[in-house]
Amino acid sequence: MGRFLIQRLVHLLWVLLAVSILVFLLIHMSGDPIRLLTPLDAKPEDVERVRALYGLDQPIPVQYVRFLQGALRGDLGESFRYQRPAFELVMQRLPATALLALVTLGLTITIGIPVGLWIGARAGHAVDWVISLVTFVFISLPSFWLGVLLILLFADRLRLLPPSGFESPAHLVLPCLTLSVYTSGLITRVVRADVSDVLRQDFIRTARAKGVGERTVLGHHALRNALISTVTVLGLQLGNLLGGSVVVESVFAWPGVGWLMLQGIQTRDLPLVRAVVLVVGTAFVLINLVVDMLYLYLDPRIRYDHSR
Amino acid sequence: MITAAKPVPAPLRAATRRRRPGQFHAGLAIVGTVLLLAVLAPHLSPHGFADQDLLRSLQPPAWVAGGDWGYPLGTDRLGRDLFSRLLFGARVSIAVALLSVGLGGGLGTVLGLTAGYTGRWVDRVISRLIDVQLSFPPVFIAIAVMAALGQSLVKLILVLALVTWVQYARIARATTLSVREREFVLAARALGADEGRVVLRHVLPSILPPLLVVAAVNMSNVILAEAALSFLGLGIQPPTPAWGSMVSEGRAVQSLAWWNTVFPGMAIAILVIGANLLSDGLQRRR
Repeated sequence: MGRFLIQRLVHLLWVLLAVSILVFLLIHMSGDPIRLLTPLDAKPEDVERVRALYGLDQPIPVQYVRFLQGALRGDLGESFRYQRPAFELVMQRLPATALLALVTLGLTITIGIPVGLWIGARAGHAVDWVISLVTFVFISLPSFWLGVLLILLFADRLRLLPPSGFESPAHLVLPCLTLSVYTSGLITRVVRADVSDVLRQDFIRTARAKGVGERTVLGHHALRNALISTVTVLGLQLGNLLGGSVVVESVFAWPGVGWLMLQGIQTRDLPLVRAVVLVVGTAFVLINLVVDMLYLYLDPRIRYDHSR
Repeated sequence: MITAAKPVPAPLRAATRRRRPGQFHAGLAIVGTVLLLAVLAPHLSPHGFADQDLLRSLQPPAWVAGGDWGYPLGTDRLGRDLFSRLLFGARVSIAVALLSVGLGGGLGTVLGLTAGYTGRWVDRVISRLIDVQLSFPPVFIAIAVMAALGQSLVKLILVLALVTWVQYARIARATTLSVREREFVLAARALGADEGRVVLRHVLPSILPPLLVVAAVNMSNVILAEAALSFLGLGIQPPTPAWGSMVSEGRAVQSLAWWNTVFPGMAIAILVIGANLLSDGLQRRR
């Protein structure tokens, strides 16, 4: 257990190092970053002055080390556009994204797991066939299109829900619905596949032969086995919800980190973009760590201490 | 087979299920049809994809009052024929799907196979790289990198290949590790076959089937990723039509002309359904 934790922490450091290099390089990928900071007709000596001001006249490795030193103190540079620390801007927007992700996750669990259990226990029946077809379509829909269609239907035509913004709980409905169509379709399929697999195994036959009730067979044996891959997929999806909601946040003008990043991209505000990438990347890694810890609890067969 | 402590990924586990080729064929038919439409786009489209006719701006589909069969699915704000633009848009989706899956798959297979077969420090370096990159959310990284690099079709394909190669590499490495010690490989080496021949003739063919499943799963992912990037303005640039950017252009007029958002999105969904059927069928066939 202790060894496993150390391994994961070493891995965490590697990943953070990679994220920091990627994030550092982002600003250089777009060509000479100085051109983003100075007007096109700026005098050469002014350009050089700005270059020195931002430390961009130093060799790349020196710039990276300085960037890393800053990042460790939570200083990710100033947003070009807002003239405020980029890290602060990202942390301000993080709660809105987390709210969207958590409500979506909640919806996904309350829909996906029971429905998956239900049809998994009836694999091959008509309900299984119909719901599997529906979930198949659900995981094939592009989220931005679904969002646009939902706005068209519920906001433009029926005028039931607000199309965009962040003022009331009603504003949560459409974005969460858009995101959970994919995730709950996916979880339903994962749970269904696992449950129908598990129910064919010998220990289930044994349990039934002993006279264990169907409720216990499903709720205890089948669900517990299905939970392992469900947790994996959910962990990955939570990470994707944090970052991948760039699209959905921009459709619904949801003031989270995804939309902030897109605005940063549109205004060529690269310090802001890289602060978002760094924060979301770190969140993704931490979520993965939590998922790994959950395995230990869910599956006693998994022990992380066997050596390679 | 898989050495990591995490549960075996669904594609491999599902590979042992019963045969159900119906889905595979249905998927093949859908993807094949879109491919054919994309190739034949210049011959099938009634108008050029950039031909404007402002007098016909926002004309509805042919079966709605005010429509005409010269413009079967109606027109956009600039009076361009939606049907022709959809046909040309298929080229982008298909090109991105095939090329980025091919490139990412190729790179991942080579690196994964090398790591698994060579072992030692090569394996340690590549495995670390795989582990690290698997901890990144791929689409999110693609968005950031496309934003920094600037947009073009070639960059889009390269970026999508670079964020997906790890998925192939992981499976290629794991299957190579198990194949490496099998009798037929040991026998070939004992008979004096050189390493290159062993890898190409014996190891590679036996690790391909699971990689094919990964490729099929990835195909629908890259189609969706390309559509999302184009929707955000970070993929294919106008005037070249891409389905994702057509949805975004359609949003500006969505309360006046629903067909501008509905049809391009439907096209994406149909192609993704086809790709998903293909991968589902492939997983169950083996």
